[in-house]
Amino acid sequence: MFRILTLGIWLAAGMANAAETLRMAVTTSFHNSGLADILLPEIADDLDLDVQLLVVGTGQALRLGEAGDVDAILVHSQTAEEAFIDAGHGTHRREIMYNDFVIVGPQSDPAAVSGAGDAADALSRIAGNAARFVSRGDESGTHKRELNLWESAGGIPEADWYNEVGAGMGAALNTAAGLGAYILSDRASWLNFGNKGDLTLLFAGDPVLFNQYAYLPVNPARHNHVKADLAADLETWLTSARAQELIDGYMIDGETLFVFNAQPDG
Amino acid sequence: MSTLFPLRVRGAGTRRRGKQLVGPINMTWDGGGTRVVLGPNGSGKTTLLRLLHGIARLHDGEVIWASGTKAAQNAQAFVFQRPVMLRRSVVENLMYPLRLRSVSTGQARQKAEDWAVKVGLADHIDRSAPVLSGGEQQKLAIARALIGEPELVFLDEPTASLDGRATREIEAILNDAVASGTRVIIATHDMGQARRLAKDVVFLLHGRVHEESPADTFFDAPQTPEARAFLNGDIVE
Amino acid sequence: MVDLWQGLSQAFWLVVTLDAELAEIALRSLQVTFTALALGCLIAMPLAALLAVRRFRWRRTVIAVLNALMGLPPVVVGLVVYVLLSRSGPLGVLGLLFTPTAMIIAQMIVIVPLMASIAHQSLRDLWAEYHDLLISMNVTQSQKIKTLLWDARRALLTAALAGFGRGIGEVGAIMIVGGNIDHVTRVLTTAIALETGKGEFALALALGFVLIALTILVNLLIHWLGQTEREGRW
Repeated sequence: MFRILTLGIWLAAGMANAAETLRMAVTTSFHNSGLADILLPEIADDLDLDVQLLVVGTGQALRLGEAGDVDAILVHSQTAEEAFIDAGHGTHRREIMYNDFVIVGPQSDPAAVSGAGDAADALSRIAGNAARFVSRGDESGTHKRELNLWESAGGIPEADWYNEVGAGMGAALNTAAGLGAYILSDRASWLNFGNKGDLTLLFAGDPVLFNQYAYLPVNPARHNHVKADLAADLETWLTSARAQELIDGYMIDGETLFVFNAQPDG
Repeated sequence: MSTLFPLRVRGAGTRRRGKQLVGPINMTWDGGGTRVVLGPNGSGKTTLLRLLHGIARLHDGEVIWASGTKAAQNAQAFVFQRPVMLRRSVVENLMYPLRLRSVSTGQARQKAEDWAVKVGLADHIDRSAPVLSGGEQQKLAIARALIGEPELVFLDEPTASLDGRATREIEAILNDAVASGTRVIIATHDMGQARRLAKDVVFLLHGRVHEESPADTFFDAPQTPEARAFLNGDIVE
Repeated sequence: MVDLWQGLSQAFWLVVTLDAELAEIALRSLQVTFTALALGCLIAMPLAALLAVRRFRWRRTVIAVLNALMGLPPVVVGLVVYVLLSRSGPLGVLGLLFTPTAMIIAQMIVIVPLMASIAHQSLRDLWAEYHDLLISMNVTQSQKIKTLLWDARRALLTAALAGFGRGIGEVGAIMIVGGNIDHVTRVLTTAIALETGKGEFALALALGFVLIALTILVNLLIHWLGQTEREGRW
């Protein structure tokens, strides 16, 4: 009897969830930056909109959009995003902001990455020394960027010092900290990471390391339950002066993480 | 008044892995009182009782109750050699058969308490049945069999592992039941018990009815050498 | 080692200060798992009893499959439920994905075979004990099942507790179908996975200790309830 009662309350509670909600798939790196915790309450205040975040890798985020399980996605992998739009899964792609990737490694820096001229050079030095390197290996935006960088540095390594972990940014950083290995991370995840251990930031600043985030509403023509109006409202807000102020003003340890670069009415 | 009898058994038998356990059995029973099934170990007493009650598979022949098989089962009860106790209290064990027949909880409880008093378990009403002594368990099992007021009760060596006192108490309960019109078929190899209870006797040997006669006749003037030997306490094979 | 101590003390303070967020996710954990458990018991227990009393052609196969499914990988369950509930899946119109209901469904699938297997073992033994008596009493199939379930209730409680333990500690399936959405589908285990991912080991451990404490508490509570019943009646 008690159980049935509990169930009843449970179902009633589920239905009573009246506030407007929108589901957005975001990448782990975006979520780990902590920016979401700043933006979401403001969105709730300004739009009376409860944005529910699904924190996944870029690959899974795109799949969720494809299946219509989310209303919008916020990811950072331009090629994949354009393919997503071309296939008709999303209506359009709107650039919002960027941050950058950094190369992190052990303080002793056996491959002397800190002295590298550019990102390709840094990776070549790691390969040349056969120094341990941890790769996300999860088809995420970060992973894809890392593979691009390796290609420009002479090819994707296939050696025992190159370890694909198939995990999110945080888990990969944990692994790198444990192994004393080099790793490519987005700056936000790195700054917010709580288990740095012996790791330190060794290389950053090459423009090829810039990391563009874009907002893609899921195509309501494909999935008629998608909340296209709300997704449009959110897009307007994300590209507003209010958002710019919050994004540009977000700092960790005195460092700016994101640069707002949305074009008005792009 | 009786719906079960006469009982007619024609060529009834059961086998296990091709081996004949019991049968063919032929008998007719219309009498009242207590019918004792006697015979050495392995003669098929337990199987015969189960066969008649309908809980052993009948391979050959037929067992015909006047009321038909289905109605017969509901007018019968069975007490096993090793009492099966439901994992409940004494009173709940007694209420169980009544509740199966949709007797109201209140009435069932009243009747169960009466029976607990009748079989001397009044002080144990709320104890868990599986922790009772062997004698108490068998008394409870018999009370549980009788509480539904069956026309016929089967008992399979109910006192085989009990002491004298428990045996006497159980025989008293059975005599009461017979006095109030219940018929009893009891298997035993306790000769004294057979003499005390029997109105008539079925002597089984090798799974067949070797002799079937009124108790006086059987005990005073057995017809077959095997029955004589059995009564003398010799080993009969 | 430092993390462990930090985790312990953080867990202590989270509990002592009745941290609102912790309370929310802990309650949600209990809510999801208890609902899955209640519904799962309604399936698992009668199924176990039926398998004990009823002889049918595929009985052995069903039991073997059930035993094998005890080790069902939650991640696979999660994926299958995800595909079914996804908007582009067969049950997509229900809109259940990324809701606590989806998590309840996934947990049920994970714990039902476990509970049914454990329950079946004790019910089978009890049935062997009761068989002759109940057959002799001409008991119907449903009365058999009711009798077995009632008289084996203590053993069934153990089965249910095993199901609870597996459910409350489960992360693979509910992460996929629940999505770990803050304030909607975040529970203790998914929060632990999240904090581990962020490298916040102390907080992750703190949540882990809370989870363990909660599990122990629920077990003690239920055992205590079973205990008072025994003393009261027997």
